[in-house]
Amino acid sequence: MKKNIHSKISLIFTLALITVLSPSLSQAQTDHPVSFFPNKTIGLGLWLTLLIALAVIAVLYFAFKTKRDTKIYSKKSKQDKVTKLNCFLNNLESEEIQVVKENLNNSNSTKKLLPAILGLLFLLPHNVFSQTEPAKRSELFSQPGVLITFILIAIPLLFGIIFMIFKVSRALKHFFNEQNKKDAELLVDMITKETDSLDEQTLNTLKKANDFGLTNSELAGTASAVDDRGLIRNVNDDHDISFFAEKKSAAKRPKIDPQLTRLVLWFLGTAVFWLLWGTSMGEYLGIKYVTPDADSISWLSFGRLRAVHTNSVFWAWATLGMMGLGYYVVPMVSNAPLHSLKNGWRALKAVNIAMVVGNISVMAGINNGGGEYREFIWPIMALWAYGLILTLHNFIKTVAKRTTKEIYISNWYIIASYIMIIIVATLAYLPFLQTGIGETIVQGYYMHQAVGMWFMFSNLGFLYYFLPQQLNKPIYSYSLGVLAFWSQIIFYTLIGTHHFIFSALPWWLQTIAIVGSVGQLIAVISGTTNYLMTFKGSFSKIGSSYSLPFFLVGVIYYFTGSMQGTAEAFRETNLIWHFTDFTVAHSHITMYGIITFLLFAGIYAIVPRLTGNEPPKKGVGAHFWMALIGLQFYTIPLMIGGTLRGLAWAEGKSFIESVVLMAPYWLWRAIGGSLMWGSHIVLAYNFYKMVSGSKVTSVKEKAIEILKQRTAASK
Amino acid sequence: MEFYNNHKKLFSVVTYLFSILTLFVVIIPAYQNQENNAPLPGYKPLTADEAAGKAIYIKEGCVGCHSQQVRNVDMDKIWGSRPGIAADYAASSRTDFWRNSANLMGTGRIGPDLTNIGARQPSIDWHLAHLYNPRIVVKQSIMAPYPWYFEIKNKAAKGDVVVNVPEEYMRGTTGVVVAKKEALQLVAYLQSLKQIKMPDGTPDPTFLYKPAKKEFTPQGGANGEPELDGKSLYAANCQSCHQENGEGLKGAFPPLKGSPIVNAENIEPFVGIIMNGYDARADFGVMPAIGTNNSLKAEEIAAIMNHERTSWGNTGKKVTVAEVKKIMEFLKTSTASK
Repeated sequence: MKKNIHSKISLIFTLALITVLSPSLSQAQTDHPVSFFPNKTIGLGLWLTLLIALAVIAVLYFAFKTKRDTKIYSKKSKQDKVTKLNCFLNNLESEEIQVVKENLNNSNSTKKLLPAILGLLFLLPHNVFSQTEPAKRSELFSQPGVLITFILIAIPLLFGIIFMIFKVSRALKHFFNEQNKKDAELLVDMITKETDSLDEQTLNTLKKANDFGLTNSELAGTASAVDDRGLIRNVNDDHDISFFAEKKSAAKRPKIDPQLTRLVLWFLGTAVFWLLWGTSMGEYLGIKYVTPDADSISWLSFGRLRAVHTNSVFWAWATLGMMGLGYYVVPMVSNAPLHSLKNGWRALKAVNIAMVVGNISVMAGINNGGGEYREFIWPIMALWAYGLILTLHNFIKTVAKRTTKEIYISNWYIIASYIMIIIVATLAYLPFLQTGIGETIVQGYYMHQAVGMWFMFSNLGFLYYFLPQQLNKPIYSYSLGVLAFWSQIIFYTLIGTHHFIFSALPWWLQTIAIVGSVGQLIAVISGTTNYLMTFKGSFSKIGSSYSLPFFLVGVIYYFTGSMQGTAEAFRETNLIWHFTDFTVAHSHITMYGIITFLLFAGIYAIVPRLTGNEPPKKGVGAHFWMALIGLQFYTIPLMIGGTLRGLAWAEGKSFIESVVLMAPYWLWRAIGGSLMWGSHIVLAYNFYKMVSGSKVTSVKEKAIEILKQRTAASK
Repeated sequence: MEFYNNHKKLFSVVTYLFSILTLFVVIIPAYQNQENNAPLPGYKPLTADEAAGKAIYIKEGCVGCHSQQVRNVDMDKIWGSRPGIAADYAASSRTDFWRNSANLMGTGRIGPDLTNIGARQPSIDWHLAHLYNPRIVVKQSIMAPYPWYFEIKNKAAKGDVVVNVPEEYMRGTTGVVVAKKEALQLVAYLQSLKQIKMPDGTPDPTFLYKPAKKEFTPQGGANGEPELDGKSLYAANCQSCHQENGEGLKGAFPPLKGSPIVNAENIEPFVGIIMNGYDARADFGVMPAIGTNNSLKAEEIAAIMNHERTSWGNTGKKVTVAEVKKIMEFLKTSTASK
């Protein structure tokens, strides 16, 4: 039930954050009434809805509870005396039977059960219901004054309902207790006065039956247990109260080719380095929102560092991480050795060199133009793409050598992602179609396909391998995976232009992008269903696993983040959220909550297997919680602030007012960002521990070693 | 299925499917748009200095925070007089062998949109001070400073453009701040950013999503009429130069606090300066024709004037919309007859 605790804690944190922020939220609304276009006052309406919802829930709960209680009672009261007596006798303990036996008597008198009282049902709150149902929405209802009045009415009404529920429950309880007392007296009368229904013989039989017990050795016998087949392994005998969940060691697996191990570790190691570098820059940028005069060095100025941050985490950290995991997963599920280790090393070098040169050039002020994530000039990205093309070739050749008949679905996703990103990057960097508005059409396609067809696609592929492997069970549905595969290609490809809604781009293209954003939900829902159903029944494993908590967070964010993306694409919502920090929150929910969390998960899943060294348990816990909590502090304030800023713009507030409005939310973002950044330092330490092999001396291995030495010496 | 077990078929299908979709949502639309597009008749190519300024704009990654697109939605009206159209970007083409074209539309507005900044803020003094440290002119700004485009000299040489930097922003150094060539080029580029008028006879595209609010209808000069928020309008249109406290900036922007023109009984010069700008005093920068540039209505101007006349200890009498309107019409006819 660790998962429950995890989710509860994250829920509490989220709620706490909202509570902390709510004063500023509501203040902002009362100070300058922020209203949406058709003059609807949101804040007050929300409170009113909340109050009414609470009242309705309270009433429903009470109605349900009362109905159940009275039902049980009326059922009870309908039973005849003999049934009641039998029921009573069956539940007696030995000593109690003794008491009954001693009290058996012959005198006779009868009492009748009181009829069950009626009239409670009238309390069932049909009437109450109609009172609290929300009034029909009308023009009047959008007036703040009216809403405040309703809230003022709703608050005492809610308290009234709660008070009434309390009173009536007490009355009911009292009534049931009285009834039970009467029943008890009736039973006593039956025992002491009626003879025909009870005799000593029956009681003796009952007592004997009651005293019966097993010896606890009926099935096992008396022989002691022996584990002949060595089924019990990997047992942890150290149990202590720990703050972080105790993690289970990874089960020993057949050795991976040490050459491949080295390559994968280099990919993942450089990826972790780039994560640290990229997010250090991000962290510094977050601080610059709060203190814009932090430095006056041109290489560290905001505009340049922004591109350093985004490109490092995209094309270096996430890309190298995915390549590393790919080099492990693709040969594994093909059940064949990697086609060419040499090309793997070449790819590693190409991508890393490209990233070093790219970062330096952007910091020096050489960039490609205005397109986001397209700041590196073409020779740099050509080198980067060379690494990916080598890898694609390597993977396809490996799949061709597979010893399984079918191509496992992970490899569909992984290889398709390489094919698509190479097409996307080539199109974006070729010097055609880039004049005028063409550049923006390509830009929308480029930045969104990179996210959806490269980062997301590869990671979904990893999930189809890692989830079954870590949970030790097959994937829930292969067909759903196939559906998600094709629907993602068909719909996701269409949605690039939704970054430029209301711009000078063709209106029909914007509409296609919006339609595609909705169609994309097919892929998201089928994918999420598949992953969560695979988790189902194994949630208890999450707490004791290094990687599963990260996988679960990634899957949940896959659903919520993608849903949010669709919601942002509609024209009405885009109007408010576009250009604000809401978009920044969204991109962190997806690129961090989904992609980065899944990569973390993959690292913790395979590195211990490759090196045989466990990461420090507390380190993994710290990494997980800092990253998760940090992400909440980062995204939630930006979503709230972004919404308020969009509304302020729509209201016609001056721009500088909207800057002032954002200040507290930017501060929260810097705080959340610091937590996330801190978690990456912990990751780097964990990674070092997993790779360095400076592990604690294992008693078992040391003992074997000594014994071996002794036998060698005695020979 | 055999198809799913044959990697050549499977991955070929993926490649073709993705390529065909790409053809329809990117290649064809992009091709059509770049082929059937030309700059508007009023378009003037960038001068050498302006083009160099644009290169600096790209180099510094300004597009990360500043968009250059006026969307066809009502809330974007403050950034330009009409929504942007494809023709506005038609002149953007490949920068050089190494670098792509840059129409700099942007996807975020951490800072204001700059489509029409040349018209909205034409003052070079303002831009230079703002680039040296944005907080000199906009206290609450979070924009990055660009001091490396300036140098500090003991004494300005002939031809040097001196930036008016208050002492608190000098970081303890003494001397004069002189704009380097790059700063002047960047400002030249910013000044060149102006929306081009649609050719005669072509109507502007309309702004969508107008607020459902009842339009404010001026009913003469009755005192009971609702007044617009002068403070907010002042913040949007005037504050970046004249400052929130109305004291302006020494040597760059004159104070409105205690200004005889602001407080005068005769409001004609006051309205005239707002509508047509002012450049008669050598000791201060040029005042742009802010009223005309930002298409301010008489109601808005009256609200701004009343804010200025009643704040910071100013004691001017409140003006009515009708009075302002009369002068505006007079100014229009007199400038038209010129």
